[in-house]
Amino acid sequence: MVEQVLEHPFLKYLRSAMIPHIWCPGCGNGIVLNCFVHALDELQTDLDKLVVVSGIGCIGRTAGYTNTDSFHTTHGRALAFASGVKLANPELEVVVVSGDGDLFAIGGNHFIHAARRNMGIKVICANNFNYGMTGGQQGPTTPLEAFTATSPYGNIEHPFNLVHLAAASGAVYVARWTTLHVRRLTQSIKKALQKEGFCFIEVISPCPEIFGRHNKMRSGLEMMEWFKKASEVDSFSDPAKAEITPDRIVVGEFIDVEKLSYEKLLHEKISKINERAMEQVG
Amino acid sequence: MRGEMLSMTGKRALLTGSHFMNGDVACAEGAIAAGCRFFAGYPITPATEIAEHLSQRMPEIGGIYIQMEDEIASMAAVIGASYTGLKAMTATSGPGFSLMQENIGLAVMTETPCVVVDIMRGGPSTGQPTLPGQQDVMQAKWGSHGDYGIIAMSPSSVQEMFDLTVEAFNLSETYRVPTLLMGDEIVGHMWEKVVIPSAERIRTVNRKKPNVQREEYAPFMPDDDLVPPMACFGEGYRFHATGLTHDEHGYPKTSNSEVQTRLVRRLCEKISKNADKIIKVEEVMLDDADVVVVAYGIVARAALSAVRKARSVGLKAGLLRLITLWPFPEEQVARVAKSAKMIVMPEMNCGQLVREVERVAKCTPVSFLSKLGEDPHTPMEIFEAMRRSC
Repeated sequence: MVEQVLEHPFLKYLRSAMIPHIWCPGCGNGIVLNCFVHALDELQTDLDKLVVVSGIGCIGRTAGYTNTDSFHTTHGRALAFASGVKLANPELEVVVVSGDGDLFAIGGNHFIHAARRNMGIKVICANNFNYGMTGGQQGPTTPLEAFTATSPYGNIEHPFNLVHLAAASGAVYVARWTTLHVRRLTQSIKKALQKEGFCFIEVISPCPEIFGRHNKMRSGLEMMEWFKKASEVDSFSDPAKAEITPDRIVVGEFIDVEKLSYEKLLHEKISKINERAMEQVG
Repeated sequence: MRGEMLSMTGKRALLTGSHFMNGDVACAEGAIAAGCRFFAGYPITPATEIAEHLSQRMPEIGGIYIQMEDEIASMAAVIGASYTGLKAMTATSGPGFSLMQENIGLAVMTETPCVVVDIMRGGPSTGQPTLPGQQDVMQAKWGSHGDYGIIAMSPSSVQEMFDLTVEAFNLSETYRVPTLLMGDEIVGHMWEKVVIPSAERIRTVNRKKPNVQREEYAPFMPDDDLVPPMACFGEGYRFHATGLTHDEHGYPKTSNSEVQTRLVRRLCEKISKNADKIIKVEEVMLDDADVVVVAYGIVARAALSAVRKARSVGLKAGLLRLITLWPFPEEQVARVAKSAKMIVMPEMNCGQLVREVERVAKCTPVSFLSKLGEDPHTPMEIFEAMRRSC
């Protein structure tokens, strides 16, 4: 008798050779990947034309787990690499999935310039408030007074408000959700994948093993309970007023505007110049 | 959109004929002639003219020019473009070359064909932006962390800025390795005659493509020449590349010493074992030479004058001009060391490539001539050094 093994319907989106993943119990990265894959499935995205790019960090392993063309860059450089891909072949859908430290500390400069240029890249940032992979050091999103491996007396650095930064830098779509908001996060990813230009989605993601244990939230559940208690859906509110505090995490869509993407402007210009050059040649 | 773009190469892609131009522009035209259709860079003296020229030329021929936010990003964008199948280049000088080292390492690890031009100026740090130097030649070999093989060449004329840029692309495509063109401020800014041949007389090489189905494709499985065939993003191979140590499938293997050994040795050996196919030198009057000048770049031109002058006064002098700096032309230098009594090596630094020459020359004495600042060595200075040594 032949035993029938049912295949998981989403297996085609994942590189099974790379599974099991490296993520800790209670980590939110799996939820981020799950929402991303759901969005791809609902849109029936052509996996042959999708490139997933990640930097360094826990969520940076996402590129390796997705069954598409994928590249795991040096720390912070995912967006600069992705810019080269998108310009060289605008037909490709380019998605960067990376963390808060990778995209906003070491890669901060690349982020603001990719957003300013309105490069047609979709960015999904898992914000877990610290550097998880290296053991939980303080980073650009660590809340004031939070304890980490390198802020043992409490963090005195003001954190970035990522949605405000993205909006100010020129992103055409900006949203923030927590890993609790799986349906709305999936919808946001779908929206971003259908939009032209630079789109940014921040996902507040639990890191109980590393960040939580220093901050009285030792389990994934406790962190999710914090998200549930503190998050407040306020769509199209002022991103400048969306700082994350222990009592309040404003979530929702903040920006959704239309603007010509860099690659479109560039290739239109190339066509015109090329036409003129060909005329001159005769 | 892309299909259209690539077909728009037009007649203006190759400026066949005789021209009067500077070395930076010759380099840019060499890139176009080699098939380069992507340039990402950041302004820096004395390499800026390469970017300026390509910002005008690339759109004319359906190529991409982008000025990135810094040299780190430029190098990253070049790797991204190369992974979609375009021939890609960046150009910089010392400070930018330092910033690029991180992603030169990534290009080495992910076996990305690409060309990096370093128009060397005086260092360290900001140094002397408008003056020449040869102070980055060890950085070219050892600049990024870890062990790896790399190719670097040194042009001595504006014509060579054109010719060696074409060659740099061919080597980078053949060996899937970043290839460095180590010019200097003088060859970059000097104006000379350049002859651009017709298309059929320019040899161009494209990376080898996989001839297997997606299921069988292992992106880092080498052929006998130690170089793996390269698929592009968007072709349906759905492969993964990473800066982490990886197996032949591109999957990270971060705690397996066998995979680390196999990969890193291959990255070194695909260059060292193909060195005889890569290395180019120019040998002038070496057959009976007692004293040989070993030189490269702009300094080699003064050295050639010095050798002719020495011959005119009866000294048995010769010149070994290193066109390839890395992999180091060991055999060629060793041959000279065996036949000559004395080697003279002028460099515009405090003693960099001379260490390699001394290592290979063994018992043959090497007289090092260091020069820093505005002018390269004069022929008389090199001539005097030869005469003193005999």
